[in-house]
Amino acid sequence: MSKGGGIMDLFSKIMGKETSSSKNIAKERLRLVLVHDRSSVSPELLENLKEDILKVISGYMDIDRKGTEVTLNSDEKSVALVASIPVIKINRVASRNAL
Amino acid sequence: MGEVIVITSGKGGVGKTTTTANIGTALASMDQKVVLIDTDIGLRNLDVILGLENRIVYDLVDVTHGNCRLKQALIRDKRFENLTLLPAAQTKDKTSVTPEQMKTLCEQLKQEFDYIIIDCPAGIEQGFRNAIAGADKALVVATPEVASVRDADRIIGLLEAAELRNPRLIINRLRPVMVKQGDMMDINDIIDILAIELLGVVPEDEMILVSTNKGEPVVLDLNSLAGQAYRNIAKRIIGEDVPLITMEAQDSFFEKFKKILGFKR
Ligand SMILES: Nc1ncnc2c1ncn2[C@@H]1O[C@H](COP(=O)(O)OP(=O)(O)OP(=O)(O)O)[C@@H](O)[C@H]1O
Ligand SMILES: [Mg+2]
Repeated sequence: MSKGGGIMDLFSKIMGKETSSSKNIAKERLRLVLVHDRSSVSPELLENLKEDILKVISGYMDIDRKGTEVTLNSDEKSVALVASIPVIKINRVASRNAL
Repeated sequence: MGEVIVITSGKGGVGKTTTTANIGTALASMDQKVVLIDTDIGLRNLDVILGLENRIVYDLVDVTHGNCRLKQALIRDKRFENLTLLPAAQTKDKTSVTPEQMKTLCEQLKQEFDYIIIDCPAGIEQGFRNAIAGADKALVVATPEVASVRDADRIIGLLEAAELRNPRLIINRLRPVMVKQGDMMDINDIIDILAIELLGVVPEDEMILVSTNKGEPVVLDLNSLAGQAYRNIAKRIIGEDVPLITMEAQDSFFEKFKKILGFKR
């Protein structure tokens, strides 16, 4: 009888161990990695994009190049391009010399 | 007019060649006229899985370069006379064949065969582009692992970009016991993530190793679970409506387990 109980324990372990499972970790990691893969943007591309954005904007205002950040923010369902560009001074008349 | 089906995965070693050999053999056993093309130039394997390695004279590169006639390079299977293999070249590299040449070849083979099944090499380079060039349909093989599903997702994107829409998925090496324990992603997890149609699920099965040792595809073993899974996949390819065997697989694993523990059925 005690032997049977041991076997049943073993069975219920096999049947019911759902919490803190490695499969859920796998799923979560996959989800995140695919958000990035599917947006198919490499760090180099983001760097180039940042340079181009800075080139355009610096014709209109003084900006803090060093403080500028261009990133992709992803949540559950979507990916957003977020640029944070500190402004030092806005020119009264836009000079497009920089372009 | 035949149909060209390419078997892809992105990630290496997940079971493309095994799948090609078994689907091909199963279709041939169902009286379909089948040719299998090994496009893994430099790493040819399909011949060994089929047990045909001693019969090779000419190969895919010989055909595309006009060193021989197409017929001369086609190797007839030992067991099914309506199953043939066009082997890959072993000593050339992947650039010795072009996508254009593959298209022409597939068009030619479609005149004579019901199914042309192409074993794609791992990766997304020229070997992949060659393999998909002449295809009408694509199957994606993935195992229930993060890296494999990730690469499958990439491949699905590339297939769709190449106008091979609606590829179907084969999940290989599923271990029902691990799924039950919560230590392996299950079928629904993978389908949710990849959002493509499921063609079949092949369980992890030691008989695959035994069958590759012998050079006899596992579909020929009527007692093997993987063999049953591949037979079902072949039936679905010719349009039969066959329910998934995953539950059978689970039960049967469970039965074996119970036997080990001394339970009687
Ligand atoms: N369902 C399975 N159960 C057990 N072993 C398997 C199963 N499927 C494949 N294997 C084994 O996995 C290994 C890789 O399989 P296979 O050569 O078919 O993969 P592949 O995708 O063609 O690899 P490559 O990318 O190198 O061409 C082989 O040793 C094969 O026997
Ligand atoms: Mg292979």
